Amino acid sequence: MPAVSKGDGMRGLAVFISDIRNCKSKEAEIKRINKELANIRSKFKGDKALDGYSKKKYVCKLLFIFLLGHDIDFGHMEAVNLLSSNKYTEKQIGYLFISVLVNSNSELIRLINNAIKNDLSSRNPTFMCLALHCIANVGSREMAEAFAGEIPRILVAGDTMDSVKQSAALCLLRLYKASPDLVLMGEWTSRVVHLLNDQHMGVVTAAISLITCLSQKNPDEFKTCVSLAVSRLSRIVSSASTDLQDYTYYFVPAPWLSCKLLRLLQCYPPPEDGAVKGRLVECLETILNKAQEPPKSKKVQHSNAKNAILFEAISLIIHYDSEPNLLVRACNQLGQFLQHRETNLRYLALESMCTLASSEFSHEAVKTHIETVINALKTERDVSVRQRAADLLYAMCDRSNAKQIVAEMLSYLETADYSIREEMVLKVAILAEKYAVDYSWYVDTILNLIRIAGDYVSEEVWYRVIQIVINRDDVQGYAAKTVFEALQAPACHENMVKVGGYILGEFGNLIAGDPRSSPLVQFNLLHSKFHLCSVPTRALLLSAYIKFINLFPETKATIQEVLRSDSQIRNSDVELQQRAVEYLKLSSIASTDVLATVLEEMPPFPERESSILAKLKKKKGPGVVPVSELEDGKREGGELNGGGDRGPDSAMSASNASTPSPSADLLGLRSAAPVSAAAPSAGSLLVDVFSESGAALSPLLRLSEDLAPLCPRRDELLNKFVCKNNGVLFENQLLQIGIKSEYRQNLGRMYLFYGNKTSVQFASFSTTVSYPGELQSHILTPLPLNVQTKPVEPLVEGGAQVQQVLNIECITDFSEAPQLNIKFRYGGALQNITLKLPVTINKFFQPTEMAATDFFQRWKQLSQPQQEAQKIFKANHGMDTEVLKAKLLGLGTALLENVDPNPENYVCAGVVQTKSQQVGVLLRLEPNAQAQMYRLTLRSSKDTVSKRLCDLLAEQF
Amino acid sequence: MRFMLLFSRQGKLRLQKWYVPLGDQEKRRLGRELVQTILGRKAKMCSFLEWRDLKVVYKRYASLYFCCAIEEQDNELITLEVIHRYVELLDKYFGSVCELDIIFNFEKAYFILDEFLLGGEAQETSKKSVLKAIEQADQLTSTCYQQASPRITSPTCYEHA
Repeated sequence: MPAVSKGDGMRGLAVFISDIRNCKSKEAEIKRINKELANIRSKFKGDKALDGYSKKKYVCKLLFIFLLGHDIDFGHMEAVNLLSSNKYTEKQIGYLFISVLVNSNSELIRLINNAIKNDLSSRNPTFMCLALHCIANVGSREMAEAFAGEIPRILVAGDTMDSVKQSAALCLLRLYKASPDLVLMGEWTSRVVHLLNDQHMGVVTAAISLITCLSQKNPDEFKTCVSLAVSRLSRIVSSASTDLQDYTYYFVPAPWLSCKLLRLLQCYPPPEDGAVKGRLVECLETILNKAQEPPKSKKVQHSNAKNAILFEAISLIIHYDSEPNLLVRACNQLGQFLQHRETNLRYLALESMCTLASSEFSHEAVKTHIETVINALKTERDVSVRQRAADLLYAMCDRSNAKQIVAEMLSYLETADYSIREEMVLKVAILAEKYAVDYSWYVDTILNLIRIAGDYVSEEVWYRVIQIVINRDDVQGYAAKTVFEALQAPACHENMVKVGGYILGEFGNLIAGDPRSSPLVQFNLLHSKFHLCSVPTRALLLSAYIKFINLFPETKATIQEVLRSDSQIRNSDVELQQRAVEYLKLSSIASTDVLATVLEEMPPFPERESSILAKLKKKKGPGVVPVSELEDGKREGGELNGGGDRGPDSAMSASNASTPSPSADLLGLRSAAPVSAAAPSAGSLLVDVFSESGAALSPLLRLSEDLAPLCPRRDELLNKFVCKNNGVLFENQLLQIGIKSEYRQNLGRMYLFYGNKTSVQFASFSTTVSYPGELQSHILTPLPLNVQTKPVEPLVEGGAQVQQVLNIECITDFSEAPQLNIKFRYGGALQNITLKLPVTINKFFQPTEMAATDFFQRWKQLSQPQQEAQKIFKANHGMDTEVLKAKLLGLGTALLENVDPNPENYVCAGVVQTKSQQVGVLLRLEPNAQAQMYRLTLRSSKDTVSKRLCDLLAEQF
Repeated sequence: MRFMLLFSRQGKLRLQKWYVPLGDQEKRRLGRELVQTILGRKAKMCSFLEWRDLKVVYKRYASLYFCCAIEEQDNELITLEVIHRYVELLDKYFGSVCELDIIFNFEKAYFILDEFLLGGEAQETSKKSVLKAIEQADQLTSTCYQQASPRITSPTCYEHA
């Protein structure tokens, strides 16, 4: 069929195209085009009416110029004129121009729509098809408004020609995709479904695309298509390769239609009707069987068409996820393709297996291919195939193979293409965290990650390792040691310096015993990297330095020297300068006690979704990391505690909100006994943690673990409020409780502020205050404290705060603090928190001023052994005079100046006011700065008061 | 399908069909970038790639690349055969089609494509039916014009892959 016979050849156009092709330069081409544009413009503007042929030729030239990449801003009207020509080719070129150079001029649109309307009603199928093609190509809202009602009618009319039906179906699909609101469902929809039964294969092929799209949006309305699709598929699959004549493609019967039928079925769950389902399963088995048959042709078209159907069938099997037999067969088939010589098939097999890996029926079968997949990652020459292999490794990873997969991914990273490194880094970080059984492996992996691909390690990744190390005290020493070693590499990545600076700043003390990593060695190592780092890293290092001063007083002089140098204290960067100035000042004026409080170890991070996972999801779109996969991870119990978006450096300022940390063994002794004995609810949490620690983490246990760090601190909380009345009493990831209190005589008023930190309502919120041993105490003996309160509102909205007032009356002296129990429901789970209220005997002190002689006279009067309580103890905090004075005043007593002959000593006097009696109290505190010791002596008229006050106060200094 | 591009080994676009509404600037930018991406790939590489948020399927026939950007749920292998069927249609129509046929008769290439694919979906997969529709149209034409243009021949003729 020679091209010359194409009838409508336009000589002028051919000449023009030849001219353009002969242009030697871009400039010459532009010149030739401009000349042509001027010519066409003058022809269109000329007085002489152009004949149809000329118009068509010029419009066609304009189209050609536009397709070369030049802007065309005229000729639309001439093209519209062509639409109403009764010559087919003129009409055809007019429509082509309009489809390609879509114009939003409303007058033009009106004319175009008119022409289309005429053609649609012409009953000439060729013209109708042209008009429908134009609508489908433009697909604008204006066209949908004009024709969305008409086209369904054409589609289902009994007398419509097949070719017109085909065009109408796809035209309607395009309009529906662009403006679904304008295509109204109606009586035609049920008739459209029956096009699946149409005699004409072409009609079915076109209609099924429309039906699939409509089914996705309105599954119920179209569900009858399932059985129709199954029977159509069954007929095709069982047909001989010659039955379908021209719809057989390289010996494969109707591959396009088969794929579309299988695709349509993926809009629905497995058929409920047993017969239909049986027929479908038979089809799927036949398709799988055919894959094993020898090919009917060596042509790649044959195998492509056949495998296109096979992959679509596998997609359907995976979609149903209910036929273990088919799933495993699918997996085996894909396994064969993994080693196929066709790159395309290897690529698709890797991709398809990714989805198969998430099915519980086939996960194990997928895992058997691990070696092949690792090999693909190493040897495939095409990066897009390697990418698929990496995705599949990620998808098939579980606890049993995590170490192997992470190791392979790490080694691949060394040579990985730049385009996929960041994603690989995120994946390795997630897998390492999700499947970490021992945390030293996790730390090693992340540090390796930074070493190998430091540039691609985003903030989320290194934040995360720090969050995890902070939350897991069993790994802190190891992390400090490993990071110290990693930093010794002559060239180490800045991200390593960040992690190193942070971890050594927090946990450097854990390795400081070894002379090879003594405090000064650690500092010098960090500081040797300082000058090569960017400003944010330097800022982080400065924070690490001030933490060093706190951890290791012996480094103070060296570090102050560094801070004092001009390059720090006069740094042109404001942030660095400010840090240097503030840290230098802090280190020189703050007592070690204050320093220790400010720079206290970071509190655990609240548990949230891993920020890395969030990042990967964002990067890859929501479909890539299925939620079920996340939940899998949780079920496996391998995930780590903690993690939030909070960057560790920013959290430093928050550290002063937490409590001072006395030595851990004291805490351990103290917390378990009273809490578990007195408060069964809180106690049980502790018992959970203790009895099951080491067992696999269950979600339930994790909940209690969240609260666990708070339990040992309850006495600590009490201590925190001995000398002050306001502050934050409690905080976890859900709830914050603030406190304000005031006392007069034997009466007190306490305001509790419950703040909901989440965005979700707390339901059934209730609080009760009780006195320890209340239930066991004799009913006739009044409790030492009388606490009255009104119930709080049972609902606390997300982000809201509710207040509760407690009126406290001290009846007699006491040593146990009252307890506050809080219960509420958060997202269905009952939360139960028990705290000690910081009501201590000293709150009811009235200060008593007296002269030295009075003091010593009374001191002597209280000389019976039981009236005195004394403790000699080591200073827990600094021995700064001002701080001590502030604390003693906070205690509620009068601080008596010039009483004690030794000016280093402090003496105080006060009266404890209870309803039943008043107890005079004298206090003497003798610091020994050299030994860093105190001797504390209390004398009062009541032994229990002396004893209790002595115990309380010994924790304060 | 989102769009289809035909371009030469030198990166010149020979045909572009967009099934999603995009501005002219955006179309040019996407076209340019995708053409460069594909020309940068070696022979024997996989015919599929992820590009931006799209799946791209391409195949080279002699000096011409045929490239389709498809939806997430679309089937890659059948898209390869969409390309092949289109090539067959061009070949049958022009008789041993070559790049020059497509350059000089670009409007025909569009018309054939519209008969085969509409709105990005297969409208008629039968080679006979598509060609019959085109020939009928040509016959309508021949009766109108007797003018003939010279047969375009070219040294770089298309070969079957």
